[in-house]
Amino acid sequence: MIHTENLSKVFSTRKNPAITAVDGLTLDIREGEVFGFLGPNGAGKTTTVRMLTSLIAPSQGSAVVNGCRVGKDDQAIRSTVGILTETPGMYDRLSAQKNLTIYANLYGVSDVKGQVEKYLRSLVLFGRRFDEVGSFSKGMRQKLAIARALLHEPKVLFLDEPTSGLDPEAAKLVRDFIEELKAEGRTIFLCTHNLDEADRLCERIGIFKTRLITVDTPQNLRRQLFGRKVVIHLCTVLPEWADVLRRHPFVHEVQTVDNKLVVSLDRPEEQNPVLIQSLVQAGAQIQFVGELRHSLEDVYLSMIHQTSPQSGPSHGEER
Amino acid sequence: MQSTKQSRLSSSLLRIRTIIDKEWAEVFKNRFVLFTVGLLPLVFTILPLAILYFTRNAPGDMGDATEIPSSFYAMCGNISGAECMQVFMINEFMLMFMMMPLAIPIAIAAYSVVGEKSTRSLEPLLATPVTTVELLAGKSLAAFIPAILATWAGFLVFVLAAPLVGTSPAAMQYVTGPIWLVAILVAGPLMAIMAVNAALIVSSRVNDPRAAEQISMIVIVPLMALLFGQLAGLIVLNTTFMVISSAALALVDIALIYAGARLFQRETILTRWK
Repeated sequence: MIHTENLSKVFSTRKNPAITAVDGLTLDIREGEVFGFLGPNGAGKTTTVRMLTSLIAPSQGSAVVNGCRVGKDDQAIRSTVGILTETPGMYDRLSAQKNLTIYANLYGVSDVKGQVEKYLRSLVLFGRRFDEVGSFSKGMRQKLAIARALLHEPKVLFLDEPTSGLDPEAAKLVRDFIEELKAEGRTIFLCTHNLDEADRLCERIGIFKTRLITVDTPQNLRRQLFGRKVVIHLCTVLPEWADVLRRHPFVHEVQTVDNKLVVSLDRPEEQNPVLIQSLVQAGAQIQFVGELRHSLEDVYLSMIHQTSPQSGPSHGEER
Repeated sequence: MQSTKQSRLSSSLLRIRTIIDKEWAEVFKNRFVLFTVGLLPLVFTILPLAILYFTRNAPGDMGDATEIPSSFYAMCGNISGAECMQVFMINEFMLMFMMMPLAIPIAIAAYSVVGEKSTRSLEPLLATPVTTVELLAGKSLAAFIPAILATWAGFLVFVLAAPLVGTSPAAMQYVTGPIWLVAILVAGPLMAIMAVNAALIVSSRVNDPRAAEQISMIVIVPLMALLFGQLAGLIVLNTTFMVISSAALALVDIALIYAGARLFQRETILTRWK
């Protein structure tokens, strides 16, 4: 649905030296996929979205969005994709209904009234439809901006920080709405700083800092970076019990932390029963067993700070 | 093929109409713009009528031909000194009328572009299928149409009311003559186009609608020079002068439209308009 090949953007002015905002981005996003695009501020995420929505032209490379070529079929791209920009950018002096009506007309929607009503209701704004947007809370504006992005029923949606600055309730409503859009089979390109949100919503994640650092599922990214670890809580820990576990060829590493044994292995689902049996036979009293799960934040920080000396080790969280 | 072209044209016209509708809905909710658009035509129409009314019974005072610049007096031909004075005053009023197609579009265009910059509503607008030409046309027409309608309405009221406040038939002939008609029907719209594009260019560099308006008002300077030039007897507004001025205005308009269109590009707006 979205394909880019060596996509780059260089900004240059007479006064300032050239700045590379996006460098050689090659990416494939499948139809119906929710793709998380993560990166620090100034990484070039918004520039990427602007190129993919035909708002600015790439300096190099190519991109195809929903079968239309960026730089050649720009109007077709803008007609068929929806975008939630970083700031909602609504017309504050106009009502919510008027704001959406204007955009429905610009997108050439056939049933303007019906579509406007549908999305005002979906995002729980129908009761306030005649109110000036200037009187809306940040969450309501954001919801209205999402409604605006959906009026023409785009197959591809670009969402730039959809829950930024929202209270937990409004953020949940927006996240649930994104889940609904996902269920409808829309392709969603989600730029976010909220890593928990990306973890929950996205099938794959791209970590980006001018260049694409990595792309994979959140689960695979965790495994690639940290492997899989199991924590076995014991009443007391004897040093020989760690050796009992080390004798198994599938065990990569065993660490003793307080009354716990932290074991690195590849397939805990299959290998845990063997470990437990060995420990019980050796006389250990097991309290409980859990998997040490690293958060996406750990993955993200590790990837982003690979070149940074300040980055510290991550300890993960037991689930 | 023909129907595809027609469909594209009608979609394009719908988008331009939507932009105009949006501009008017937003801009006319701003008291400052509303004040400019509403008050200027009122002042520039009522003031000349009031002056004509209060000077109607003073033919002796008005008849002193020495107060009229000699170059202008020569243009009056065989009408009386009092009538020539009235024609002279009316000529000054015409220049005041020409303030309208300059000031009104500047107030609207300056607000419309800088307002969008400050609320960051340009990006979602540019992300729609609207083309830059449609967007520019919509914004320009939204500023141009009220200015021209206000100017023409003011002129119509002036033409209808002037005889009622004691304007002589010779002076009335002048009001409906070629100089005024060229000024109102040709120079006025050309001035409005100049003002819209000037406001657009200035708006790309500033972030405050009032600053944009004040800087754009520089286009009024040549008009003020004409006003004082005629008072001092340095310039006589005759038909030839009006035709040459209109041609010059058309050339300035072409240059400004070109500059405005170059500036009003998606990438420039998103990456350089701060």
